[in-house]
Amino acid sequence: MKVLLFAQRNLKEILRDPINLFFGLGFPLILLFLFSVINAAIPAEAGNTMFSIGKTAPGIVTFGTAFLALFSGMLLAKDRTSSFLLRLFASPMTSLDFILGYTLPILLMAAVQSVITFLAAAFLGLPLTVDTLLAVLVVLPIAVFFVGVGLLCGSFLNEKAVGGVCGALLTNLAGWFSGVWIPLELIGGPFKKTAEILPFYHGVEAAKEAIIGNLAGIMPHLLVVLGYTAVFYTLAVLAFRLKMRGEET
Amino acid sequence: MNAITITNLTKKYGGLTAVDNLNLTIEKGELFALLGVNGAGKTTTLKMLSCLIRPTGGDAVLLGESILKNPNAVKQKINVSPQETAIAPNLTVFENLALIAGIYGQNAAASRKSAHEMSSRFGLDDVLEKKTKVLSGGMQRRLSIAMALITNPQILFLDEPTLGLDVLARRELWAAIRQMKTKVTIILTTHYLEEVEALSDRIGVMTKGRLAVVGTVAELLLQTGTANLEDAFVSLSGGVP
Repeated sequence: MKVLLFAQRNLKEILRDPINLFFGLGFPLILLFLFSVINAAIPAEAGNTMFSIGKTAPGIVTFGTAFLALFSGMLLAKDRTSSFLLRLFASPMTSLDFILGYTLPILLMAAVQSVITFLAAAFLGLPLTVDTLLAVLVVLPIAVFFVGVGLLCGSFLNEKAVGGVCGALLTNLAGWFSGVWIPLELIGGPFKKTAEILPFYHGVEAAKEAIIGNLAGIMPHLLVVLGYTAVFYTLAVLAFRLKMRGEET
Repeated sequence: MNAITITNLTKKYGGLTAVDNLNLTIEKGELFALLGVNGAGKTTTLKMLSCLIRPTGGDAVLLGESILKNPNAVKQKINVSPQETAIAPNLTVFENLALIAGIYGQNAAASRKSAHEMSSRFGLDDVLEKKTKVLSGGMQRRLSIAMALITNPQILFLDEPTLGLDVLARRELWAAIRQMKTKVTIILTTHYLEEVEALSDRIGVMTKGRLAVVGTVAELLLQTGTANLEDAFVSLSGGVP
């Protein structure tokens, strides 16, 4: 009950901010449109499917979840610095109530964001099948990773710093190293090797495998994402509990 | 009957002692003002009493429950209005009130009823459906205290409740606090000494983490041989350097 009330509050708090709506829903759709324009400009005889909708849509859906770190981090940082969280810490809420209350609405947003982006992609030629639903599910672990990063930053940093780390830095890292903007095969070398160590590329590849229904191809990539998710989400929970016990003061 | 019994309460941060062996009893229905210059240990004391931070030593018993042994039971009986307004900015006044009522266990119908009651009591009816971020500072403060009272706490901690308010808004809030007196035990911290004179039954002055003196305004004036509370406070806080 407490979790649902708090989750509901957090969802309202995020959705009533027009900037969040733009980055959460509008920006992935703009990217999708831009890539479809680029793809249309490539002559068919070139045989280059690099920016085909089947490849860009799962990539953009995965990249879109990077903004969840910004949402969760900003919300937590605002709640902390405005003492709203202090008020709630004095209530009978438990740390689990807080963590789930911050995570669940953002995961719901991730799922809705993914569905809307895939539906938009369908208008641009992506076939909608049961594999599309699988792709939505496959995106969720990296969404949890981003929520974890956001909560970790929000536990220690103020709003401005969260905006810098989770907004500018993380979204750029996720964009470049995921291979969504420029396929990694084109760059190669240490850049590609670095990307393969980080979770962003694997998140995109898992979604790409899911959308073509290649179940065997999903797991190797998803395992890397799950590892990062476990580490960062655990760190976020520990940081939050530390704050809740007032260890920072 | 005592609402709060504090015994040797201590909080240390590394080598710094923020609160040093605090001993104090506060009676049920009393409005107790805790004074001190910045860094004297007032907010740390309030945070320990409201189970937000754990003491390094000592204990406090609030309405029969220890903050060390049974913080969850303490939390059910108290509420806090922090220094900052501590409200959800994109929620309406009604949603803020109903949220806090729900978190303390009231069902949806009871939460709605309580929200309407508190809104009437604190003069918030006209802004009930407005997002709180558009309210004036005075209205936000009133809402903050209403949110603390919607759970029917037996002990209320008010940390600088009128900070930054204009004279009229402050007077309005004083009237609201006076209405609560005797029904709720209130611990108030403030830098406004006229507020202390207007509202409090007793005063405690903290300096460097220690409770220097406890008494009524008249007792403090008598003890320091001063003519007003400000002079008494300056004298008890160690004087102007």
